[in-house]
Formats: sequence, structure tokens, C-alpha cells
Amino acid sequence: MAKDKKEITSVELNGKTVTVHAGPVGVYRTAGSVAFDIFNYLVIGLVAFTTVLPIIYIIFNSFATELELQTRPMFLIPNTWSVDAYKYIFASSKLLRAFGNSIFITACGTAINLFFTVTMAYPLSKKFLRGRKGLLNMVIISMFFSGGMIPGYIVVASWLGMRGTYWALLLPGAISAYNMMIVKNFFQGIPQDLEESASLDGCNDMGILWKIVLPLSLPVLATFGLFYAVGHWNSYFGAMIYLTDDKMYPLQLILRNIIVTAEAAAGDMSLMDPNFVEPPKESIKMAVIVVATVPIMCVYPFLQKYFVKGVMVGALKG
Amino acid sequence: MSVRAADHPGIQPKKTSYWGKLGKDILKNKWLYIMLIPGVIYFLVFKYLPMWGVIIAFEDYSPFLGPIKSAWKGLYWFQRFFSTKKWVDYLSNTLILSFMSIIFTFPAPIILALMLNEIRSIHYKKITQTLLYVPHFISIVIVVSITYVIFGAGGIIYKVTENLLGHSIDYLGDPKVFRWMIVGQSIWKETGWGTIIFLAALTNVDTQLYEAAMIDGANRAQRLWHITLPAIRSTIVLMLVLRMGSVLDTGYEHLILMSNALNRSVSQTLDVFVYQNGIKGGQYSYTTAVGLMKSVVSVIMVVSANKVAHALGEEGLY
Repeated sequence: MAKDKKEITSVELNGKTVTVHAGPVGVYRTAGSVAFDIFNYLVIGLVAFTTVLPIIYIIFNSFATELELQTRPMFLIPNTWSVDAYKYIFASSKLLRAFGNSIFITACGTAINLFFTVTMAYPLSKKFLRGRKGLLNMVIISMFFSGGMIPGYIVVASWLGMRGTYWALLLPGAISAYNMMIVKNFFQGIPQDLEESASLDGCNDMGILWKIVLPLSLPVLATFGLFYAVGHWNSYFGAMIYLTDDKMYPLQLILRNIIVTAEAAAGDMSLMDPNFVEPPKESIKMAVIVVATVPIMCVYPFLQKYFVKGVMVGALKG
Repeated sequence: MSVRAADHPGIQPKKTSYWGKLGKDILKNKWLYIMLIPGVIYFLVFKYLPMWGVIIAFEDYSPFLGPIKSAWKGLYWFQRFFSTKKWVDYLSNTLILSFMSIIFTFPAPIILALMLNEIRSIHYKKITQTLLYVPHFISIVIVVSITYVIFGAGGIIYKVTENLLGHSIDYLGDPKVFRWMIVGQSIWKETGWGTIIFLAALTNVDTQLYEAAMIDGANRAQRLWHITLPAIRSTIVLMLVLRMGSVLDTGYEHLILMSNALNRSVSQTLDVFVYQNGIKGGQYSYTTAVGLMKSVVSVIMVVSANKVAHALGEEGLY
């Protein structure tokens, strides 16, 4: 690249003039160095391509006919394109309901996460607050010690009686201590003058948070909203251990049941439809994988931008 | 002031107690304290109540009697665990899987980050990074589902190995390949994402160091060894300390999906044991005891890994 080749200085070394270029590499482009670059570019490219290859494979194969999947040994691009698997999925009340459940859980869960995280982070960002140190210690200790899987399960399922309800999926992870601390640090960085002037105008702390602090924190809220939302969309374990009614199952749990425990894709179809035919199993598996991944891939450009930022902020502050 | 107070014995010098000050402060900043309520309740109920709930490890916990009325058992469950002889299997399965993952999945992002760091074309770097981060956002259920579709009987990799070797490999059932599958899935899912923290550390390296080294005639390998690696050394040590703390955590959400009747001899780690006998089997006290031992070992591991880090002259975790 031309920019990299920019000459920044020339020095005399052992009688010969050496030109130093900007950038980490530049003085002597030895044959070994060039060979390494070619090798490095190739390997990185190959690794990146292999990383997404399984996903590309699944997407293409989900559009193949069941016959082709059964008979043709191996292929990436199908000969005959078909959307039968998708038609089947969108005709299956079970899968559609699961999709709706996942959207519901993700939306409610993320709203609860943001509410709890912000309402706790804002008071803790005020250095004059009494008891602040103690509360911060309480949060930090919980990051390093936990009761473990079973006591946590007993508290939620039995002592709080949340078994079989969505509360068991929404509340136990309402605050991620780590995210809350980062949001708190961000609030601390907002100039106090702004808040004070609002306070003189007769705004109480709730009003200041809502009208001044939150509008200034939109990028941070977007980052952690996405963090939480992806967590909800992708989780299956809570639903598996707490939910009792399979009508309430989210998509990830249904996917696990279809593929991992090889349950019939849509048990209720055979009962409803007298002309029920055996579903095209392989292509359905692939199509369900695609349907469960599409929402994540739709928000991926935003995810990448904000998530990398979030990780960086955490890495610097932590 | 004191003179005036002495003149009027009815008025004591102001010496408000901590609680008095807190009360005044609460009245003054009532909204801040009200905002704290949901978060504090959350931490007490979902983080600290389970910690107290660990008490059932020393009882014969019955859900009907509750943790206070259940019969006291002392160290019975701990003794029982060590008398089963199976505990050696659980522990060795846990440790082998964990150390395999440390040996193979821990260095992977470091190597990839170093390779990405050598790429000078910003566009090429951006594109490959975008592809490499994708699997991080894919749920573990989908990762396992893709594995089932690709490696299962009839899957593309299954067919390829059948053609190459002349016999098929039962990727999903064979205990010999189980651990490699888990490690492979983890590498695929998290390597790209894991590079972020190291790349962030690498951006802090002073480019003048490279220029000075080039003038001194250091070649690329020498610059990597003497400048780049020392720059991320503390990040590597910190990540390793954190990883050692979870040496007994084997990612049960992942393992549960991959374990089946055929690979039980290697897939039964401490986590999976706790899940299967606790949440599925209802032996709450027994599995809480096992979980408690795990937590104790984790704390010991973090503390000793941190000591080692200090001995190596690094900052470590605290």
C-alpha cells in the first residue's frame, strides 16, 4: 500500500544509507519476509473461509431437495433448488410458536436487563452516595463466588416457585455484574454540570436519568442491549430445566430436541393433517438451523461494531 | 461553637451517627436510593441466597421440609462421593478435557492475533475479522446441530472420511474422538473472537519500538519475539490466570448436548455429573456437595495461579 511505503527518515548505517518507512514492516523486504507475507495472507484467508464454510454449506443444502440430499454423495450447490423445508417449517405450528416464544423472551428479557442494569448503575455512579462502597463490594464478590448450579436451581425453581414460568428465564440473569460495572463507569464519565443544571431546573434524579443521562448513553445502551439480547436468543439451558409446558419452549430448545435428541420435527402435524407425509428430515434440520441463525446474522453488522467496542472497553477498564 | 453549646445545656453539639447521616442522605437523594432497590434485591435473591443455599450440602435436603428443617448430615455427602470410586473417572474426565482445551484452545487466538497483526492491508484484515467473529454469535445448540448434520451418519465429513479411510468414524459416539470434537467446536466458535483482546493489547505497542529495532537490524522474527510478544505478555498471563480458575468447569451446556449413551465413559465430567444427578436426578444435597468442592478448588486455583503470575513479575488478576 502506498501509505505504508511513506518514507519517514533516512539514516547513515555502516556507510550505507538506509531508508526507514512508516509502519511495522519496511526496511529490508527480504525474500523471507515476502514469503512470510504471502503465507500469512493465504493462511488467514483460508482460516476465515473455513470458519464460515459450515454455515454456507448448511444454508445452500437447506435449499436442496430431500432426494438430492439422500442420493448425491457430497455437494455445496444443489442441482435443484427447493423451498420445501422452509414451507414445512412455516406450516408447522410448533416451530412458528417456538419462534414467537424466542422473540417474546428476547424482547422482555432484554427490557428487564436494561431496566435493572441502568437503575442500579446510575446511583452507584454517584461517588457521594452512602453505602456505595459496600454495594460495589457486594457486586464484585458475586463475580467471583457463586452458589453453584444446584442451589441456584433450587432458589429459582422451588423457593421462588418460578418453575414453569417465563420468570425463571427472565429474572435470574437480570443483571450481569460485569456489564453493570462498565455502564456505571460510563455514567461516571458524564459531566456533572449537565446533571446539576437540570437539577436546578427542578428535575429529580429520576428525571435527570431519563432526560439527560440515558440520551447521552445510547451507544452504551445499544451495546449492552445487544449483549443481553443475543444471550437470550441463544440460550436453551434455562428453558430446558425450568419450563414444563412444551408450548412455551423457545426455538433453541426445539432445535435441540429435533436434532440432538432426534425428536420428530412436528409431532402435531401428523394429528392435524390426514394427508400427513413423512417430513423431509435432513433438509428440515438444515432449514431450522438457518431459521434460528438468521435473526442473529441480520443484526450481525451492528453486533460486530458494538461488541468489539464493548470488549475493548471491558478490557481497558477491567 | 462548643462554648455556646455549654451555655445552653439543652442543645447538644451535633454528633450524628452513621445511621443518622444515612437517613438524612436517603431523604435528600430519595430517588437514587429508590432506584437501587431492584438491583439490590436482585443480587440478594439470585446471587447471595444461592450462596447461603450451599448449606444443603451438609443436610439431607428435602424440598418439603426446606433448608432449615431438613436433617443435618455433616460431611456425609462428601464421604459418599469419595467412596463411590467413580469420582476418579469424573475428575480425570474433567481434568483431561480441561487441559486439552487449555493446550489447544488457549494458544489459538494468540497465534491468530499475531498473524492478523502482521497483515497491513486494512481491508483484508477487516474482511477476515468479520468472517472470523461470526461463530461467536452462533448459539451452542446451533454449533452442535451443525456438527450433527455434518459429522453424523450421512453428513459430508462422515462421507469424506469413509471414502478416504475406507471405513467410517462414528464422530458423535466414539469415546476416542469425543474430546477432540469438543475441543474442535470450541476452537471454531471462540478463536476468532478471542483475538480481540490480544489485538487490543497490540494496538498499545509504541511503533517507535519497531522503528528502533529495524534500525538496529532486527528481522521480523526478532521483532515479534522481542517487541510484540512482550507487549501482550501480561494479557496472556491474565487470561491464563482466569482460565486456571475455571479448570474444573467444562462448559456443561456444551457437553450435555454432545454426550450420549455411547460416549458416556468420557463425557461424564463433574459438571455433567452434577446436572444429571442433581437437576435430572433430584439428589440435591449430594450434587450441591460436589459443586461446593468444585468451587473451593476453583478459588484455590485462581489464588495459586495469581501467585505464580506475581512470581513471574506480572500484575495478575489482583
